[in-house]
Amino acid sequence: MGAIYRREMGAFFTSGVAYVFLSVFFLLSGIFFFNGVIGSGTTNTSPLFSSMFIIVLFLIPILTMKLLSEEKKNRTDQGLLTAPVGLWSIVLGKYLAALTLFIIAESIVFIYAVVLSYLGTVAWAPLLGNYFAMLLLGAAFIAIGLFISSLTENQMAAAVASMVVLLLLYLLDSITSIISNEILKKGLSALSFYSRYIEFTGGVFSLPSVVFFLSVAFFFNFLTVRVLDKRRWG
Amino acid sequence: MIEVKNLTKRYGDKLAVNDISFKVEKGEILGFLGPNGAGKSTTMNMLTGYISSTSGQILVNGVDILEDPIAAKANIGYLPEIPPLYVDMTVDAYLGFMYDLKKCKLPRKAHLKDVCNLCQISGVRNRLIRNLSKGYRQRVGLAQALINNPPVLILDEPTVGLDPNQIIEIRTLIKKLGKSHTVILSSHILPEIQAVCDRIIIINKGVVAANGTADEIARNITNEHKMTLRIEGSTHTATDKKEIADAIRALGGVKYVRADMEREKGIYDYDVEAEEKVDIRRAINNLCREKGWNILMLQLSDLTLEDIFLKITMGDTVVGDVSEQQTASASGPKLDLKVENGQLIATEETADKAEEILEESAADMNKSDENGGEE
Repeated sequence: MGAIYRREMGAFFTSGVAYVFLSVFFLLSGIFFFNGVIGSGTTNTSPLFSSMFIIVLFLIPILTMKLLSEEKKNRTDQGLLTAPVGLWSIVLGKYLAALTLFIIAESIVFIYAVVLSYLGTVAWAPLLGNYFAMLLLGAAFIAIGLFISSLTENQMAAAVASMVVLLLLYLLDSITSIISNEILKKGLSALSFYSRYIEFTGGVFSLPSVVFFLSVAFFFNFLTVRVLDKRRWG
Repeated sequence: MIEVKNLTKRYGDKLAVNDISFKVEKGEILGFLGPNGAGKSTTMNMLTGYISSTSGQILVNGVDILEDPIAAKANIGYLPEIPPLYVDMTVDAYLGFMYDLKKCKLPRKAHLKDVCNLCQISGVRNRLIRNLSKGYRQRVGLAQALINNPPVLILDEPTVGLDPNQIIEIRTLIKKLGKSHTVILSSHILPEIQAVCDRIIIINKGVVAANGTADEIARNITNEHKMTLRIEGSTHTATDKKEIADAIRALGGVKYVRADMEREKGIYDYDVEAEEKVDIRRAINNLCREKGWNILMLQLSDLTLEDIFLKITMGDTVVGDVSEQQTASASGPKLDLKVENGQLIATEETADKAEEILEESAADMNKSDENGGEE
């Protein structure tokens, strides 16, 4: 796992993906920070985080798109799958590498907090809560993106499909609002990523939501392992 | 070291590998031979655990590859048909990655240096794999297979894309490795298999068509006893030809005689086929001594690996054709023909098909032609 993790971290930087991801993330979060927090004269960082949902949604596919699709295309998966490592090590190595980069990006908020501390008192508790919420969101989204990357050999297809899936998850709330069937409505809204995330940014720490995001992350990593395993049996 | 029992792989309706069984002992170099699409790579991918078998069992060092894949894979170094290289890494970084991936415990620096020296890639260690030529990439692929010094090496067409010098180097390397490793190597280059391997398995249409040393396979596949003779008669005219052919035909045990071309002025070649396991060479010699003829050449047209390969892979329907090609390719006067009488190209047409397939081998060293050339 360690070897794969280190290689993926290196590859993020040599391929330039890391630079694109980080700079876009910093730029957009900076704009939201300036407009939503400094511009409105508050030290509450929640508006920044609630706006970041849609940015994360579009940026995470860039991180995950080639993690497994490129391996398959270049036949380097043959090296991994015939090496004495388990499928979980392969998947988790890649997953954690993407998650690490996401954490690096997300941690920019601490610099914003330092900036804020010159302007007023920083509300640390909600900031840490939001940070944690976004971490959970990223963990779930990366698992979904990695899973989609395992399904194709084409990284662009993986990126577009991931964005569409994540966008649908985002739109789930507006879809549920027009559904009349109560059971279906309840079921779908239970799957809503956005409302759970927004709950956090509103200052509510909900354990079920934490479990939800972690379960999604585990479930999709599990599916990715199954995809790799199934390919051998194809 | 490796034991394969009733291995079968099915893709939908298509049987890629059908009930293959074989064993490879420690320190043996086994050659997998077969036309494209015969199931060589599929078998190798199953041996290395990249794909699973539909049924059957693979034991590597006594460990079932499906039951304990990690332990079994730790014993195998694999060079797939397309080396699994990350082109955005340097050779050094890549080999370091494979070292970590295989959880190698050998001293890192020294081991990587050894491997690089063995594969002769020490000079390119700091270059990006993207910028390496095909030959170097192949060697980096081989180096990656050697990391952690696995007892079993599985090499899928290791010399593809190399220049003739490199091919010889890699072959020498494989032979050297074969002393301390069990090697399975696939190729469709016949002299390569013959030069390197102790034992050959010919795979055709997903089944083992032959298994043994080149000689054993040749012996099993045919009972025919053929030879080409060049006999100088007394008159140096066409009447000699008939007389000699008739005289040989009259000998006991001779099944078939055919007078062939005029190879030297007034001297003819004769294709002679003896009945099963009858050695007629002495009888012919005596005959010639009595008649005052001179034997200028006697060449046994035993099957070469190429003939075996053609015979097996082209199937029964064309066996007649193949045996004609055998005499043509094994007696080897084709080149003479071209030089001496240019208008005889038409007679070579039947051999053309064989030549196409054997192109690579002909260009390569002609070791398989044990009979040697003519004077």
